[in-house]
Amino acid sequence: MNGVTIYVPGDAAAVAVGADETAKAIAEEARRRGVDARIVRNGSRGLLWLEPLVEVQTPAGRVAYGPVDAAAVAGLFDAGFAGGARHPLYHGPTADIPYLKNQERLTFARVGLIDPQNLDEYLHHGGYRGLQAALQMTSAAVVECVTASGLRGRGGAAFPAGIKWKTALDAAGDQKFIVCNADEGDSGTFSDRMLMEGDPFVLIEGMTIAGIATGATRGYIYLRFEYPHAQRALNRAIATAYARGYLGADVLKSGRRFDLEVRLGAGAYICGEETSLLESLEGKRGQVRFKPPLPAIQGLFGKPTVINNVITLASVPIILDRGAEYYRNFGMGRSRGTLPIQLAGNIKYGGLVEKAFGLTMRELLYDYGGGSLSGRPIRAVQVGGPLGAYLPESQFDTKLDYEAFADIQGMLGHGGIVVFDDTVDMAAQARYAMEFCAIESCGKCTPCRIGSTRGVEVIDRLLNGDDPAKQETLLRDLCETLTYGSLCALGGLTPYPVRSALNHFPEDFRRRTPARAPG
Amino acid sequence: MTSRSQRRVIPVKPERPSNLSAAERGAVEEACAQLKSLPGALLPILHAVQDKLGFVPPDAVALIAAELNLSRAEVHGVISFYHYFRTMKPGRKVLRLCRAEACQAVGAHALEAHAKRALAIDFHETTADGAITLEPVYCLGNCALGPSVMVDDRLVGRVSEGRFDEIVEQARRGK
Repeated sequence: MNGVTIYVPGDAAAVAVGADETAKAIAEEARRRGVDARIVRNGSRGLLWLEPLVEVQTPAGRVAYGPVDAAAVAGLFDAGFAGGARHPLYHGPTADIPYLKNQERLTFARVGLIDPQNLDEYLHHGGYRGLQAALQMTSAAVVECVTASGLRGRGGAAFPAGIKWKTALDAAGDQKFIVCNADEGDSGTFSDRMLMEGDPFVLIEGMTIAGIATGATRGYIYLRFEYPHAQRALNRAIATAYARGYLGADVLKSGRRFDLEVRLGAGAYICGEETSLLESLEGKRGQVRFKPPLPAIQGLFGKPTVINNVITLASVPIILDRGAEYYRNFGMGRSRGTLPIQLAGNIKYGGLVEKAFGLTMRELLYDYGGGSLSGRPIRAVQVGGPLGAYLPESQFDTKLDYEAFADIQGMLGHGGIVVFDDTVDMAAQARYAMEFCAIESCGKCTPCRIGSTRGVEVIDRLLNGDDPAKQETLLRDLCETLTYGSLCALGGLTPYPVRSALNHFPEDFRRRTPARAPG
Repeated sequence: MTSRSQRRVIPVKPERPSNLSAAERGAVEEACAQLKSLPGALLPILHAVQDKLGFVPPDAVALIAAELNLSRAEVHGVISFYHYFRTMKPGRKVLRLCRAEACQAVGAHALEAHAKRALAIDFHETTADGAITLEPVYCLGNCALGPSVMVDDRLVGRVSEGRFDEIVEQARRGK
């Protein structure tokens, strides 16, 4: 045999369950047995319950084994896994695993497939074709293509990306900026992280295209400090892109400049809000700005700025490469294209599912997710992060679509789904939502700063049986004040989890022993 | 009103510079020298100082303020705004335990209680032997494999109470 290629993910989630040790064990075992093995640290395929998911390249394609901990490695070699042989951990050809096979991977097309730091592999798998196309077009035509694709902001607000870009293109300014919001703070979400670690060049390419389209010559990736693996991946990839002429003063000899750097956040959820993020990039407290002016007109350092989420920007290259029509043919209604959905929390098969909009929650939870991890009935799911509504079982037929979620007083947000079984205490979850808002409030507006603390107190009194009817009225009134009186989405959306818990799970709020805060 | 760049530079003498050790002072001065020309330099400087020292000494505020021509209130305001920056020396390892919903759904509350009991400290505190500082964190992006903790920058998933004790044991041995 003339050498075998073995893939062991270097993704943080895989590393968190031992992928580094597995890779080391494979290297040692191969050496001991005289097997010529090349180990590639790929991104994750997103089948996270199988991590570390080890793949072996065979003449018939890649085959999967998982979860492979270091202790299982010797046994795998004994069974002949270097030749793709069967074993209790064998899952067959990776591409045929139903969880993966039934997905529509556009943005995540290369994640898990290639060596994320190898620019040649990126090019070989269609990388930088979007930028090549964009360089042949006028700025207005690039913006028009993004508009026509129907791409909406994947960070949560779902604002049409093309319109944002058009505003920045039309704004006058001696300097414009592209800012990537990589402050993925919503619990239950990890698609930005997986993409930055598993295919960093696609984000770099997407930002470069945004620069070409709007006349911006400088980009910043604002990354949360909790993602050190992504920071290393991005910095290495950016250095490679500079060295190979894909970034810098003369991008691909087009005469166009685009510079890019990573900036680290410092543990403030509010900095995922775009104007707070800009303040933070400017070196200040991450306090929300009033809008208008829109960032596209007066953003970073007062200059026209396009600020988009990681997934939004990383979806741009394929749109420019394959055309707006190709992308918008996925999806339903006004939600076009695909959404990388993240199945998290108490779920048997947690991971990343990229699909066209329109799947129902039930299909995701049971067909993909396989039900709860604990084996108990699923009682509630929270969609869209800590500010997302809790859905009861009766709403599991809701389709994943921005408008369908708005109709049930929820939001799809960044596509994170956190599953809870029937042991969940929904009153404690409602209390936590208020507590989280109090911890993370930037303090600029009163409803959010004070209202969140009062919210915790009212819920405590309600659970204490202290005139509960009155407390509930007060809590609902407070939610209204937060919704309509807050400056940004933190205060404005905190009532979503609170009210949905109250409406769908009223039995959890009835008198009992005094409420205990989580922790 | 003049913009910040047009402001007249008034040399400010940092107060009580002697309270910084030579190493601390060196770290702060080096961070400022390397980074102060960046647009929006304050966060990168604070990160560099904390990377080097493990915390941002309160006496560094005046020095950084003078270097960036900011008021001490502005620098202090930024340090105190962000959960990550700390003004007290941490233990040899910082252990961050995720408190967010996805980890709650798989037992983070119980793990949190266990952690506080096992280490005999609350959040933001350091164990008596100076080995470990316990901090809460709101999502580590490992939401399908929780509960999660991060020890310095090493992420660990599926943390049971037993696994937690092993992690603490390793951290105490400096791993």
